[in-house]
Amino acid sequence: MAKQGAARKAEAIEHGLKSERGGSRAAELDRLIHERVRLGIVSALAVNDSLSFNQLKALLKTTDGNLSVHARRLEEAQYITCAKSFEGRIPKTEYRLTAGGRRALERYLDHMEALIHATRQG
Amino acid sequence: MAAPRPLHDRALDNLRFIRQTMERAGSFTAVPGWGQVAVGATALAAAFLAARQRTSELWLATWLGLSFLPPMVVGGLLTVVLYRAGLAHALPGTWLLLYGTGFVTGGAFSVRIVPVMGICFMFVGAAALFGPAAWGNWLMAAGFGGLHIVFGMIIARRYGG
Repeated sequence: MAKQGAARKAEAIEHGLKSERGGSRAAELDRLIHERVRLGIVSALAVNDSLSFNQLKALLKTTDGNLSVHARRLEEAQYITCAKSFEGRIPKTEYRLTAGGRRALERYLDHMEALIHATRQG
Repeated sequence: MAAPRPLHDRALDNLRFIRQTMERAGSFTAVPGWGQVAVGATALAAAFLAARQRTSELWLATWLGLSFLPPMVVGGLLTVVLYRAGLAHALPGTWLLLYGTGFVTGGAFSVRIVPVMGICFMFVGAAALFGPAAWGNWLMAAGFGGLHIVFGMIIARRYGG
C-alpha cells in the first residue's frame, strides 16, 4: 500500500504544477488519463483487443503495485474493463478498453492538438 | 498566454509518448486503420497534384514520387513495359488491380474486411482499364484515396486501429 501512497503523491504534485500555471485549458484536461502510466495503459489498449497485466507491465516498464493502482483508477472510471481468470493455476488478468475509454483518449488527443495549434498561432 | 512554450512542449511530449506506446504495443490488425486513413489522404493530395501536371511524364512522376511503393514493386516492372509501349493510359487500372490483388491475398491473414477492400480496389482497377482514359486519374483518387479512407475508418472503428 506504500506504493499506492506514492502514486497519489505524484499526482498531487502534478496537480500543483498545473494549477500554478493556471488557465482554463488546464482545468478541462482529463486528469484521469493525463497521468503517464494511465495514459500508457489506455494507449496500449487502443491498439490491442486485450492485454494481460504482465504484458502491460512489461510494455510500460512499471511495477506490479503501480500498475494495479492505476489500472483500478481507470476501471473505476469505466475506461477499461478487467477480467480475471485462471490459466491452469496461474491467475490471469485481462484488460480491455471500453468505448468510453476510447472516447476519452480521442478527447485527450484533440486537447493536445489544440494546445499545439494555439501556441503555434500565438 | 504567459508561458506558451512549456505547455506546447508538454503537449508534444505527451503525443510522442502515446505514439511510442502504441507502436510498441503493436497493432491487432495487420493493416492499421488510421495508417490507411493517412495513406488515403496523401493519395488524394497526390491526385490533385497529378491532375495539375501538364505532361504525362510529370503525372507519372507525381504518382510515383508520392508513392505507395511496397505493393507496387511488381507493378513497377509492368509500369516500365506499358509506358515504353505507349500504353500509359493503362497504368491506373494496372496499379489498382495489382494493389487490390495484394490485399486479397495478403488480407487472408488479417481481419475479413481487408480482402473485401482488395476486391473493391480490383473493381475500381477494372473500371480504370476498360473505361475512358480520362477517368484514370480520378479513379486513382477514388481507389487509393477514397477506398483507403473509408476502409481505414471502418477498420479503426471496428477493430481498434
